[in-house]
Amino acid sequence: MENTAQLVQYILTGITIGAIYALVGLGYNIIYNVTEVINFAQGEFVVLGGLVMVFMTNTLHLSLPVGFFLSVGIVTILGALMDKLTIQPIKNATVLTLIIITIAVSIIFKGLAMLIWGRDPYTLPAFSKAPPFTLFHAIIQPQALWVLGITTVVVILLSLFFRYTMVGKAMLACADSPEASRLMGIPVQRMVLISFVLSAAIGAVAGIVITPISLMEYDRGALLGLKGFGASILGGLGSFSGAVIAGLILGLIESLCAGYVSSGYKDAVALIVLLLVLFIKPSGFFAGKRASLKKF
Amino acid sequence: MEPLLETTGITKHFGGIQALNDITFKVRPGQIKAIIGPNGAGKTTLFNCISGVLKADKGDIKLNGQSITGFPPHKRAQAGISRTFQNVAIFPEMTVLENVLVGRHCRSRCEMLQAGFRTRSMRNEEREIVEKAWNFLEFVGLENQTEKRAGELPLGDQRLLEIARALATEPKIVLLDEPAGGLNTKETERLAELIHQIRDSGITVLLVEHDMNLVMDISDEILVINFGERLAEGNPKSIKSNPDVINAYLGEDIDYSDL
Amino acid sequence: MGYEKKKILCLILFLVIFPVLVNYIPAISNYLEVMIFAGIFCLVTIGLSLLMGYAGQISLGHAAFLGIGAYSSGILTTKFGLSPWLGILAGVALSSAIAVVVGIPSLKLKGHYLAMATLGFGEIVFIVFNEEVDLTGGPSGFADIPYLHIGSFEFTSELTYYILVWSVVLIGLFFALNLIHSRVGRAWKAIHGNELAAEAMGVPTSKYKLKIFVLSSIYASIAGSLYTHYICFLNPSSFDLFWSIKFVMMVIVGGMNSVWGAIIGTVLLTYLGNEWLTAFKHFDVLVYGFILLLITMFLPGGIVSLPEILKSKRTITR
Repeated sequence: MENTAQLVQYILTGITIGAIYALVGLGYNIIYNVTEVINFAQGEFVVLGGLVMVFMTNTLHLSLPVGFFLSVGIVTILGALMDKLTIQPIKNATVLTLIIITIAVSIIFKGLAMLIWGRDPYTLPAFSKAPPFTLFHAIIQPQALWVLGITTVVVILLSLFFRYTMVGKAMLACADSPEASRLMGIPVQRMVLISFVLSAAIGAVAGIVITPISLMEYDRGALLGLKGFGASILGGLGSFSGAVIAGLILGLIESLCAGYVSSGYKDAVALIVLLLVLFIKPSGFFAGKRASLKKF
Repeated sequence: MEPLLETTGITKHFGGIQALNDITFKVRPGQIKAIIGPNGAGKTTLFNCISGVLKADKGDIKLNGQSITGFPPHKRAQAGISRTFQNVAIFPEMTVLENVLVGRHCRSRCEMLQAGFRTRSMRNEEREIVEKAWNFLEFVGLENQTEKRAGELPLGDQRLLEIARALATEPKIVLLDEPAGGLNTKETERLAELIHQIRDSGITVLLVEHDMNLVMDISDEILVINFGERLAEGNPKSIKSNPDVINAYLGEDIDYSDL
Repeated sequence: MGYEKKKILCLILFLVIFPVLVNYIPAISNYLEVMIFAGIFCLVTIGLSLLMGYAGQISLGHAAFLGIGAYSSGILTTKFGLSPWLGILAGVALSSAIAVVVGIPSLKLKGHYLAMATLGFGEIVFIVFNEEVDLTGGPSGFADIPYLHIGSFEFTSELTYYILVWSVVLIGLFFALNLIHSRVGRAWKAIHGNELAAEAMGVPTSKYKLKIFVLSSIYASIAGSLYTHYICFLNPSSFDLFWSIKFVMMVIVGGMNSVWGAIIGTVLLTYLGNEWLTAFKHFDVLVYGFILLLITMFLPGGIVSLPEILKSKRTITR
């Protein structure tokens, strides 16, 4: 009995953290699809989401929904500023320049976080006051359900956005062919802005929901970003469903490895998977036919 | 006579599109041979398969009777196939001289340790590399611009530089991909002369070209391909009067009187 | 040395005068030690500048090679009693072996993918340093690493170590400059300019990309060993991801297209980190971020491109 309880525990922890990787992976995909830029600051959105929420809740004592939307809003503005001030002004940038610029921005975000919150980890109260309950003898934190629920909502909202709204469809068109989209009168620059806004918002949401479980500190961004990138690569860069499946798988592998193999190396597992995918099949394993690699 | 270059049954697909189907042809040493065909016929694809930039799905490529099908591009260069590119692929940030020096790479040997410590053999080899490169720059007439950044040259000179760089590899056969593209009449005349000189120096020339005047003027033999298939092959005279060829070119935007 | 003679002479002159200056100006008395660190980092960035600026490949994981060199030296000398010089050689051997294994699949990737792969690699190595407690001492590290010595002479004083480190840097610089002005360096530049054309002109591109990756890992590994035998104490924090990014930053701030840029950027940023920014303890990360961003956006050629830009501005205003 104890063994099953343990297994269930690991699986649940795995998909909870996997959901976060999925969200980060989605963030990469949205920007990549429109701009073919990999945003190295993606992980920092998650950190900032969590830490701004800490400020809203623990310092300003705002209620959960108010704090949630304000935090997402602030990080979203930062995402928009990042695009307006650093990405848009650069014309004819080489890939290397774009990599360096997004890295520079990620350092700035990290520096800001360190300046404001210092080096200590912070926590948040769980969203609901319900006590942990047991399932197959495993103890389950209600916050895990919040993570999964909110991730599901985000994924559904995103797919509705891309399928049914004009802006969403226009963004997909930009992804297929930026030149043709420009000729068709789609304001590509605005689409780029929206992609940054969206992925900043998604990152912030991920940060807010995970902080009550795993705490948050200023320098978590790089690792979160790398693992999220692992999700988007494993799923096939640019593929939304791929990123979700791959994120959950990565989370599961990580949690099972931490449980049964070595907890010290749990962070390395996701990275080794990332490297293996890059080395063996950089186009990913879960992408549909359409999501093929561009420019790589 | 033994063919210098021989392809048998070259076939290449891109997804569902057949770019080349069963192309078989020969180039004899000392020839100037042209490949022509309407836009999208597969000429550049064929060049890419011969130079190794693309891997053919099927078929065999022989140079001097030896199969080079499995060779990566740099080994084909070593074996004696060099080329220019349709869209001019010089190294824009390097000087004109340096561009040609790179062409000497496969004819020199100094490795990292010798180069890093600048050994005597390295310095001797370097002197020889530079000397040879100068010869090729003089050959195409760029000897007065050697220290310019290659990217700053006008298109005509960039094409000449590309030819010099290709010749610097001391090829047995040089593949020229639309060498007259973007050149004016005078530059094209100069090019025709240059191609003759290349052949006279003992190098076989295979070219893809749209300028029919040039092709008919300089080629010993012409291969016509259309929709990836071999349509006709022969001397310029027979190609001009070939009804299949005329048919294929109908609707193409060229001067029919040239054919 | 047929080329850049003046620059080399200037550098040597500066290196000779510097310790004298430091000796007479009490306000900068600790500058000599900072210069030792700057020299060690210069070794890393000279290699990185060849990799990035000349061959056009990015690595966001070079702190890992610094660490591999450092730990090889540290562990072999402290726990197995080997001579530090053998430790350095062992580090070089291990670094190049790992660089080959990681480089072969990585260098098939381009742009963002290569950046992420090297970033992931660096992070994995960092985790190994933390987790292999028996060997590395884990997060708290280990001490009592011996000094370098020749016979009975030990490199313990700042001045002797300064001379040692910068001599190695000068050798590394000569080697790099010689390479740049050779067929090997031209092959790298050609790969940077147009990989397809380089290959068609007979350059075995994957082999040459691997060569520079391995060479740059050797530079970093030697730097790591020199670092270890100077501070005689090791823990993983000097080899984390932020250090990898800092090295890239040094190369870019100085100017990626020249090894001189790497040296200038490295010395500048080392002083910034160790001296000038210490007053802004909590700002430093932020300042680094802004420096990198502003240089990339407004001075993409780095500091070494300044004279040329000023010159062309002057001719325009005339």
